[in-house]
Amino acid sequence: MLESSSAYHGSSFSERIHIDLPLLAGLLLLSAIGLVTLYSAGNQNMDLIWRQVTRLSVAFGVMLIVAQIPPEMLRRWVRPLFLIGLAMLITVLVMGTVGKGAQRWLELGFARFQPSELMKLAVPMMVAWYLHEKPLPPWNRHLAVALLIVMLPTLLIAKQPDLGTAILIASSGIAVLLFAGLRWRLVAYAFLLLIPIATLLWHYGMHAYQRQRVLTFLNPESDPLGSGYHIIQSKIAIGSGGLYGKGWLNGTQSHLDFLPERHTDFVFAVFGEEFGFAGIALLMLIYLAVILRGLHIAAQAQDTFSRLLAGGLTMTFLVYLFVNIGMVSGLLPVVGLPLPLISYGGSSMVTLMAAFGILCSIHTHRKLLKSS
Amino acid sequence: MARRIWLIKDPARERRLFRGRAIVAALLSITLISIILARAFYLQVTLHDHYATLSTNNRVTLQPLAPTRGLIYDRSGTILAENIPVFSLELVEERVEDLERTLTDLRELISISDEELEQFRKTIRRKKRFDSVPLRYRLTDEEVALISVNRHRLLGVEINSRLIRHYPHGNLTSHSIGYVGRINEQEVRKIDPTRYVATSHIGKSGVERSHESLLHGEVGYQQVEVNARGRVLRILDKQPPKPGDDLYLNLDVRLQQIANDAFGKYRGALVAMNPKTGAVLAMVSVPSYDSNLFVNGISHADYNRLTKSKDQPLFNRALQGQYPPGSTTKPFLGLAGLVHNQITVHDRIFCTGHYQLENDDHRYRDWKKKGHGELGVTRAIVESCDVFFYDLAHELGIDQLSIFLKRFGFGQATNFDVGGDRPGLMPSREWKRRVHNQPWYPGETLITGIGQGFLLATPLQLAHSSSVMATKGIDMQPQLVRSIENRATGKREQIKPLIQKVIEGVSDNHWQRIHRAMQQVVHGFAGTARSINKGLEYKVAGKTGTAQVFGIKQDEEYNVEDISERLRDHALFISFAPVESPEIAISVIVENGGSGGSVAAPIARKVLDEYMKNKPFRGDS
Repeated sequence: MLESSSAYHGSSFSERIHIDLPLLAGLLLLSAIGLVTLYSAGNQNMDLIWRQVTRLSVAFGVMLIVAQIPPEMLRRWVRPLFLIGLAMLITVLVMGTVGKGAQRWLELGFARFQPSELMKLAVPMMVAWYLHEKPLPPWNRHLAVALLIVMLPTLLIAKQPDLGTAILIASSGIAVLLFAGLRWRLVAYAFLLLIPIATLLWHYGMHAYQRQRVLTFLNPESDPLGSGYHIIQSKIAIGSGGLYGKGWLNGTQSHLDFLPERHTDFVFAVFGEEFGFAGIALLMLIYLAVILRGLHIAAQAQDTFSRLLAGGLTMTFLVYLFVNIGMVSGLLPVVGLPLPLISYGGSSMVTLMAAFGILCSIHTHRKLLKSS
Repeated sequence: MARRIWLIKDPARERRLFRGRAIVAALLSITLISIILARAFYLQVTLHDHYATLSTNNRVTLQPLAPTRGLIYDRSGTILAENIPVFSLELVEERVEDLERTLTDLRELISISDEELEQFRKTIRRKKRFDSVPLRYRLTDEEVALISVNRHRLLGVEINSRLIRHYPHGNLTSHSIGYVGRINEQEVRKIDPTRYVATSHIGKSGVERSHESLLHGEVGYQQVEVNARGRVLRILDKQPPKPGDDLYLNLDVRLQQIANDAFGKYRGALVAMNPKTGAVLAMVSVPSYDSNLFVNGISHADYNRLTKSKDQPLFNRALQGQYPPGSTTKPFLGLAGLVHNQITVHDRIFCTGHYQLENDDHRYRDWKKKGHGELGVTRAIVESCDVFFYDLAHELGIDQLSIFLKRFGFGQATNFDVGGDRPGLMPSREWKRRVHNQPWYPGETLITGIGQGFLLATPLQLAHSSSVMATKGIDMQPQLVRSIENRATGKREQIKPLIQKVIEGVSDNHWQRIHRAMQQVVHGFAGTARSINKGLEYKVAGKTGTAQVFGIKQDEEYNVEDISERLRDHALFISFAPVESPEIAISVIVENGGSGGSVAAPIARKVLDEYMKNKPFRGDS
């Protein structure tokens, strides 16, 4: 059963440049909110804003470029892309630059490159590619291969160590599996299995600082000046914002330096302090709209690969923002992940927009077939 | 082959499957977003008050402001204790990356003594977060420059301007004004923590200590907005501190200087008072020390030098030195004899050079071996005849003698306004039984009669007793502080002279008799202090004294010259002038000075001359 999309009948400008307008609108709105918040969080430093604007321009440019690539072409690139990514991850582990106590970068001479960023796209693509010709729901043996595709890069990244990205990549792969029809029974088993795995991970798989973060999350007041400081101060920032916030540029927590990393990972606390619950509700609605649009695009996609990929990428975005806000508001342990499109930051934004480029491409490269 | 069949994909089924999953994903998204919203609601609405309070506490702190300490002036307005701004090197521990390295680096740049470092470490243990702790005071311009140049590698190091106490006449006033020093651990427990929250120094001795509560002032506060690093961004509200009151003393620094210089190489003490008001005009204890040394912690070397010195410069002889008053007690005893009718002005005894009690072989000698011959009370005072007073003391008995001398302040607290003085000792029968558990022996009465034995008095007490003698029995409280000025209002409160008691039952004739005798001590041809009467343009009453020094202590080193010097008698002199209407009473003690007449009296003369000469400039007395 083939459907035609009524929205793309004509040959509108947005269709010709392969951009999905509702998605673009949501993303631009988020970026604008991000800039406004950053202006306050960065103590009205215009340099910071210009750098972020530059980054956003690059990221939207990348989205535009990626959107031109038809999904069939992407499908052909999946395997080399994944293998290159995997190879680079191994290289980073062996000889990467150590930054902030972790090996994440690959020095390319002209720029630093973070292979884990590539894998954020390559892993869901690889899983989607692997499953798209298999019967769905996936058989156990296909499931095993798919899990291997997910776990191998995840473990390599967790080893760097970059827990945040590892979680994102694992969830992007698992999201694809779920969209592929992974049986709920298996999901339940996996959850049961998670308990012994988590125990093992706690004892053997985690770095001391990661363990500390989890402990601090469970009881931040145990170490108010050390690792608990971040969470306590950010909760104070959000909580003191109240219903309508302290007003733009009036957040005391952030402007008086009580809030650490306030323009990067903890920018949500600045937003919450200055715009209050009303602001957060609005922001969440926009995020939700973007996610639902992504799911809509996935549902409208014409082939399994596109569907799985679009669904997986959209869910990754959800995980992204939930992990960040969960951490900033004290629901989850501190995991170094930026708030998508709001936080000040570089390469992850480009990857994110490339993912939205893929969504646009999937939506605008549909073959318009008349229903028979 | 079921498997083969399953390999054939069923797009419609897959699409249905995916639709279902997409709906689940949408529901999951809505759920997670709702969780975030619920969390935000919980923090921002339910717990808003709690977090709003925490946020305010975070940024607004109350900073105490130290009051400026009151100044101290002498009677003519010469400043004796002031606050001068100095550059101090301070560290904020929270901003220093590596404290030990920074300290090492600083010690390479400028000199920081071990004591300063030790003091710094002590202070840093008690400080609050982001308090700036001084490491060194009084930086020179060169040191300030050196640190400024190296500022970039000395994070958390600050150069601040602070007010520190300075005594322009540190050596002259150390035993009267005293000094301030850093608050130590015992003092921390005693002081009011609210009043002293911003104060680093406290009066340790002298006026600085006795009038601490007036000098200190009231702490002020400012409500400031601070950032997470404790840096003040904005002052929200300010209640300025109230500076401490300024004190004007009765002390005359010029008199003080003259007295100090008059001692030359001798050790001793001098106290000068106005008998009519009790105003302490001069109070000197020599050798002295520079009180500025103590303000910011004295170095071990300086402290050892001061404590190990045999001259005991830290010992305040004027208040703490208890000496046998020797013959200076004789005028008082003579008066006692007249009052108690044991003698009359016409009674004579014959002095043979020694005195003996019945049933006692011991010969109580006179200082003049061949004796003074026949003499009455006047000549006995003028020539300081011991035998006359042995006899008189014996006639009076210890009970009457003790009670009478106590009325003149012997063995009594003077109630000196600054305090810190010792009471001396007026022995009595009751005292001896209580302290020594022994009966009183008649011989002890005799030696008490010439100011020896158990009898002890401080220079302040002697000046005070002389004042009572000078005013014919009016006992004024010795006062060092003359007036208190509130700096804010400019109102000056005069301290009223306080009559402590009046000695009754002494006829004016008897007072006159003793005054005249004391005048002849100085002006008479046979007076023991006649050496100072040359060129005297006013009448001086006086009495010399010598006090025996008992053996040397066992732990002192044996040194022939030294011992012979330190075995010499203490020389004493009490006096007041002008006799007709006394304005100044002086007591002088010269340790191992030998003769009161030739060593102690000339010191008093110099002070008296200075006082009389510049009287018109000294304001009212």
